[in-house]
Amino acid sequence: MPEFTSRRGLLFGTAAVSAGALLVGCTSNETKDDPAAADQPAADDKPGKAVTIGFAGPQADHGWLNAINQNAKSRAERYEDVTLEITEGSNDTAQQIGQIETLINKKVDVLVVLPADGKALTQVGLKAMRAGIPVVNLDRIFNSPQAYRCWIGGDNYGMGLNAGHYIGEQLKDKGDARVIELAGLDNLELTKQRTKGFDDALKNYPNIKKVARQAAEFTVESGQAKMAQLLQAQSNFDALWNHDDDQGVGALRAIEQAGRDDFLMVGGAGALSAFQAIKKDDGVLKATVLYPPTMAASAIDLARALGQAKGVSGLAEFEIPSSLTLYSAVVDKDNVDQYMATGFK
Amino acid sequence: MTQPVSPPRDSIDKAPAASEPPAWRTMLFRADVRTLSLLGVLAALILIGGVTRPDEFLDTRNLQLVLTQASVIGVVTVGMTFVITSGGIDLSVGAIVALASVWATTVATQEYGFAGILFTAVIVGVGCGLVNGLLIAYGGMVPFIATLAMLASARGLALQITDGSTQVVTVDAILDLGERDAYVLGIPPLVLVFALVTIIGWLVLNRTTFGRRTVAVGGNAEAARLAGIDVRRQRLYLYLLSGLCCGIAAFLLIVLSGSGQNTNGNLYELDAIAAAIIGGTLLSGGRGTITGSVLGVLIFTTITNIFALNNLQSDVQQIAKGAIIVAAVLVQRRTASTT
Repeated sequence: MPEFTSRRGLLFGTAAVSAGALLVGCTSNETKDDPAAADQPAADDKPGKAVTIGFAGPQADHGWLNAINQNAKSRAERYEDVTLEITEGSNDTAQQIGQIETLINKKVDVLVVLPADGKALTQVGLKAMRAGIPVVNLDRIFNSPQAYRCWIGGDNYGMGLNAGHYIGEQLKDKGDARVIELAGLDNLELTKQRTKGFDDALKNYPNIKKVARQAAEFTVESGQAKMAQLLQAQSNFDALWNHDDDQGVGALRAIEQAGRDDFLMVGGAGALSAFQAIKKDDGVLKATVLYPPTMAASAIDLARALGQAKGVSGLAEFEIPSSLTLYSAVVDKDNVDQYMATGFK
Repeated sequence: MTQPVSPPRDSIDKAPAASEPPAWRTMLFRADVRTLSLLGVLAALILIGGVTRPDEFLDTRNLQLVLTQASVIGVVTVGMTFVITSGGIDLSVGAIVALASVWATTVATQEYGFAGILFTAVIVGVGCGLVNGLLIAYGGMVPFIATLAMLASARGLALQITDGSTQVVTVDAILDLGERDAYVLGIPPLVLVFALVTIIGWLVLNRTTFGRRTVAVGGNAEAARLAGIDVRRQRLYLYLLSGLCCGIAAFLLIVLSGSGQNTNGNLYELDAIAAAIIGGTLLSGGRGTITGSVLGVLIFTTITNIFALNNLQSDVQQIAKGAIIVAAVLVQRRTASTT
């Protein structure tokens, strides 16, 4: 599966690297632009004009969201010319609007915002832009392109697509294969996108049928409870896609408690515990599709580049792009070592 | 999990002339009908499950699963039943479960093993209950407000302790307790703990002075005070008891999920209150039934199980769950009022 195991540089888009020779040729660069190693920021490292970046992030009540905040903080610390004004994380729309308004009043140079709800925070994004503060919109997208200068985020549809293709390739020689899905919070748009991508990928494999789907809540407790029920409901199936590695801790627990090992499991997001399980390879978890929290570090890089009116190294343009969608790479036993350092707890 | 029908101890303070045979018999019959109607709802659900998914639903594994999943919230509900019976409310149960579970898994996991985790979970639960009890009984705070404050701060502290990350348990003795090897005569240890807590709860509420005092405080606190009951101390004990149940539930949850997370126990307060109310405990206090509460929990868990087995999606599940709550309460009121 070279097309899934190959690592793609953040800014090279999704250009497929399929030729083995090219893959080998690239490896020397690849360790460098590894997101966690973080040795190659988007703009150059040379100190420039001092930039104050305002960061309004989420409440870190989940492993991935906590990793977002950590990534932003640690990346900002690397730059002598960057001052990070960070607000307390919040899941409350009204509170986050207030926090962003405070940052606008403080006249920060650039704003990085991961909104609790992208649609609900569009107005305050517009307000910042009108005040002359460029906004880097992180992950959950604002409703209007006018509300941000640059968007960077993950690819929920792509997660589903790549998980589906991975499972499809593993099961392509098996007649009448059965697949089940343990989804995340069903009232989030992103959950629907992940499921859509998964279903679309499976359409390429007529021998595979999705026989069940249950939504959990991105928590260990819900993952354990829903997975236990799914295992009881489906006495035999060949593969499971679980949307989130945090709830996957619970799902794996339920699988272990039920004593089942007759299928393969693919996770989602890229938690350290998932990487470790994939590396150990003694359970059902064989791979996970990434939704990298390192995007927060990249957002700081982009905000700094905006503040210093720089482009991005590796691209010919003078300006940073208006949107960047990260690639949801599949991490399995073959490439897990490369990603281990990016795993979040 | 069926308990013998409880004789209505609540008659003691409601109608001091409890020795009068007709009143007593009416009360017994009413309680009986209430329990029977709940059993009827449960039987109807079992029938639905058995008809829609005979192979999976009527399987021993599934019975074990349903009871295991009822255990954690069940233990919380037993404590909640006492608090509501006394005319109070405990909104902090879910947050206490979260705090106790993350505290036990962060502080105790690495060094102190099984006993450390168990001890920490229970102590944190009791400690939170103590704070609730002191604020309510001796600080004169309304239970709603005091436990709401505990909800917020315990969740905040749980988040601070974990930094948002999941605490994976590595102590084998804990993990083994959730495995099939640990089943006693086919019964998971978690279910045994739940049964034990239920039986003790039933005995305490129906057969002890403590139980009678609880009902009396809930029926009429002033009358209870005049009757010589130390109402404040009784209240303190009740929130301590609720906290203790949360600590035990947190330990069960650690065993069940193999981890501690600050999102644990999400919305337990609502589930526990709903189960108690459906079971026939009066929200205004003065009447409580452990049997009813446990049946309420089993009804909820069975519904969830049947939905999952039939692969219903969460939106349908939520709507149907709401409808079934309404139906259960309506059926119960109708049958209770006809006596």
